[in-house]
Amino acid sequence: METFDPAELPELLKLYYRRLFPYAQYYRWLNYGGVIKNYFQHREFSFTLKDDIYIRYQSFNNQSDLEKEMQKMNPYKIDIGAVYSHRPNQHNTVKLGAFQAQEKELVFDIDMTDYDDVRRCCSSADICSKCWTLMTMAIRIIDRALKEDFGFKHRLWVYSGRRGIHCWVCDESVRKLSSAVRSGIVEYLSLVKGGQDVKKKVHLSEKIHPFVSKSINIIKKYFEEYALVDQDILENKESWDKILALVPETIHEKLQQNFQKCHSSLQRWEYLKQGINCQDNTKNDKCGPWLEWEIMLQYCFPRLDINVSKGINHLLKSPFSVHPKTGRISVPIDLQKVDQFDPFTVPTISSICHELDAISINDEGREGNEAESDIKHRTRDYKKTSLAPYIKVFEQFLEKLDKSRKGELLKKSDLQKDF
Amino acid sequence: MQFSGGKRKKLRLTGDQRTVSYPHSLQFYLEPPSESISLIEFESLAIDRVKLLKTVENLGVSYVKGTEPYRSKLENEIRKLKFSFRENLEDEYEPRRKDHISHFILRLAYCQSEDLRRWFIQQEMDLLRFRFSILPKDKIQNFLKDSHLHFEAIPFADALDLFRGRKVYLEGGFAYVPLRDIVAIVLNEFRAKLSKALALTARSLPAVQSDERLQPLLNHLSHSYTGQDYSTQKNAGKISLDQIDSLSTKSFPPCMRQLHKALRDNHHLRHGGRMQYGLFLKGIGLTLEQALQFWKQEFIRGKMDPDKFDKGYSYNIRHSFGKEGKRTDYTPFSCLKIILTNPPSQGDYHGCPFRHSDPELLKQKLQSYKISPGGIHQILDLVKGSHYQVACQKYFEMIHNVDDCGFSLSHPNQFFFESQRILSGNKDIRKESIQPETPQPKPSVQKAKDASSALACLNSSLEMDMEGLEDYFSE
Repeated sequence: METFDPAELPELLKLYYRRLFPYAQYYRWLNYGGVIKNYFQHREFSFTLKDDIYIRYQSFNNQSDLEKEMQKMNPYKIDIGAVYSHRPNQHNTVKLGAFQAQEKELVFDIDMTDYDDVRRCCSSADICSKCWTLMTMAIRIIDRALKEDFGFKHRLWVYSGRRGIHCWVCDESVRKLSSAVRSGIVEYLSLVKGGQDVKKKVHLSEKIHPFVSKSINIIKKYFEEYALVDQDILENKESWDKILALVPETIHEKLQQNFQKCHSSLQRWEYLKQGINCQDNTKNDKCGPWLEWEIMLQYCFPRLDINVSKGINHLLKSPFSVHPKTGRISVPIDLQKVDQFDPFTVPTISSICHELDAISINDEGREGNEAESDIKHRTRDYKKTSLAPYIKVFEQFLEKLDKSRKGELLKKSDLQKDF
Repeated sequence: MQFSGGKRKKLRLTGDQRTVSYPHSLQFYLEPPSESISLIEFESLAIDRVKLLKTVENLGVSYVKGTEPYRSKLENEIRKLKFSFRENLEDEYEPRRKDHISHFILRLAYCQSEDLRRWFIQQEMDLLRFRFSILPKDKIQNFLKDSHLHFEAIPFADALDLFRGRKVYLEGGFAYVPLRDIVAIVLNEFRAKLSKALALTARSLPAVQSDERLQPLLNHLSHSYTGQDYSTQKNAGKISLDQIDSLSTKSFPPCMRQLHKALRDNHHLRHGGRMQYGLFLKGIGLTLEQALQFWKQEFIRGKMDPDKFDKGYSYNIRHSFGKEGKRTDYTPFSCLKIILTNPPSQGDYHGCPFRHSDPELLKQKLQSYKISPGGIHQILDLVKGSHYQVACQKYFEMIHNVDDCGFSLSHPNQFFFESQRILSGNKDIRKESIQPETPQPKPSVQKAKDASSALACLNSSLEMDMEGLEDYFSE
């Protein structure tokens, strides 16, 4: 794979936006079947241009308008905002107070830096295969809840391009949800509370809600390999002291002794479980695995940024946008293959442009109208690059949306039929 | 309910009772009654329900809702007034019908102002909550089903406060609410519906009020029975300013006695004190002219410039009499209002001494009022249990030397009125046609001084108030 050089971005982006960006599918998504008038036209986009120039309230008339503008401006980053009451690019002409954000997808942003207190391999913007499992667990836990508990059908998970993942929930009713309900959903999905000054961040009540127990069951599938092997959270005194800080002092000494005897985190974890599941630690005088679960949750449970989700007008990085630092494309994640997703194999803009060049050389023979062949090329171009499978995932997502929409329309027209 | 309009007509006395069915012991009062009833019944149903709601209010102040004494006392009152209670009574039809009709009658009386509406909704809610709490589980399911309330599955967005804290089970976008949380939701629904219904009722009130048989009745109901608000200047001009000093020790409740003393001592009162005391004085019969004179005299003694008084304070006094600004005739504060709002701070003398005074200071004050140590002890005990109004009743009993005050205290002006009655030898005679439901308080009997006797007092005092109603009942 070509190494990515940020300095090449202007050229790479030019090619990307001309030949590779999937405008048709993108428009198909945000237009939502054209059922609501001006839905696409009232959507805010924001562009970050070269030299960090940031422009908000961009909006477009249709797919071709979008294309032209993107090719003209060559944005380093694209964010998607809300659907407003008026065209965002005309918001200055609207009477004060009348320009309102009305609808938007429910979005989630899970960032690896929020786990720095519990991952030993990396910190800050770095990620590796050892800690990426946190994202895998996050997707499984959150997606299950969104689908089963809330009944949300159209969920798009996207790799952010560097250190995290985003989720876009696109159901029609969800786009209309108020800020208060969005906050409530995040609250429902939150278990890890507290910042740097808080040692123990998870506190379970005696009665365990099904959301919590189902999440714990998911974590259990990954815990041994992720926490005890890859992260090796009980490897040495420095690391196991952090965990002892979460359990009652009365058992510290005994555990320290036992830990010394062991040779691996796996063994130490067994001793830990024995020590905490009864005796001096009880929930309301009952013996049980609460503390064990609380530790697992603190180390593995997803951490959401409520501010991203609650605001209807919040802007979030667009799928298929390029990450200016890593060059990686923000690609959809195939939910069927979550465990196999590897962020390090996600195509970078340089790699797919390189692939494109290789194809063009092969196709050199073709002549014809340049504009026509441009379009023809594009519809086949991305298909021949590593971007193809990700666009396929996106298309499956769009298919489902279409089907659902048709079903709704049929239902409505059935109800309106006179008998 | 149909009221045939027009002039005084003889009402049809036929009741079509059996067509209405009441499958449950409680109800949401969704449908108004559709039968005809006599004026006599109309009136007695209404009065009974007011008594019930007043009891609900008083018990809610004296006891923690849901505790044993609260429940048993409320149950007693419901049984006594023959309203629907549990479902094991033999003939449930009459009590439920009574419950149904009386509720709707009171809607007419209590829809007329924000205060009345708020009071009515609050008591009805507390009553409903109580009835819910004694309903057996299986009956709850049936009741909810029949009321067309769906609690199997609520769309999650409608149950925000329940799902956000994971208090309910969510599946497929629906929240499944456990039974105990259902009560909270139901009560909220009830409050919302009733609030809307009252607003609508108020709008159609003119039509009802134009019925000459009903208008005076409804007015009297709402004014007489939310514990009078003492705003009508019935006694205006009957008090002279030079009587106030002696009245303050003989017939004022401690809160006003204390304010009066502070005013005389300091020749000044802060705003909170001026409001509480000033309106009280208006309630006992001071006219605007008298009030202006009273306050001005006192403030000038405090070396206030007469012009400053005219410019600053007289406006406020006239305002409180409804002669300035939006010309609302402000009503004297009730006990609950004094106890619950605007607590006094340093330099204030308003509030309720039983609530706001340090127990030591209260003890000293009662000693200075020459209350016996035994009485003081009882009062302090009541204060400890937060029974402030009952403590004040005890004070009343001590200074008037009676065993039973004979009323349930809810308003300082009521204290004054009752005191004056006793001191003037109880000149108001009760009409013979009204038989009290409870025996007259016997001075020689020592009764337990707690809320149950207060309830007995309540009944008899309401009996007294029925006097006025007699005049309107002339068919």
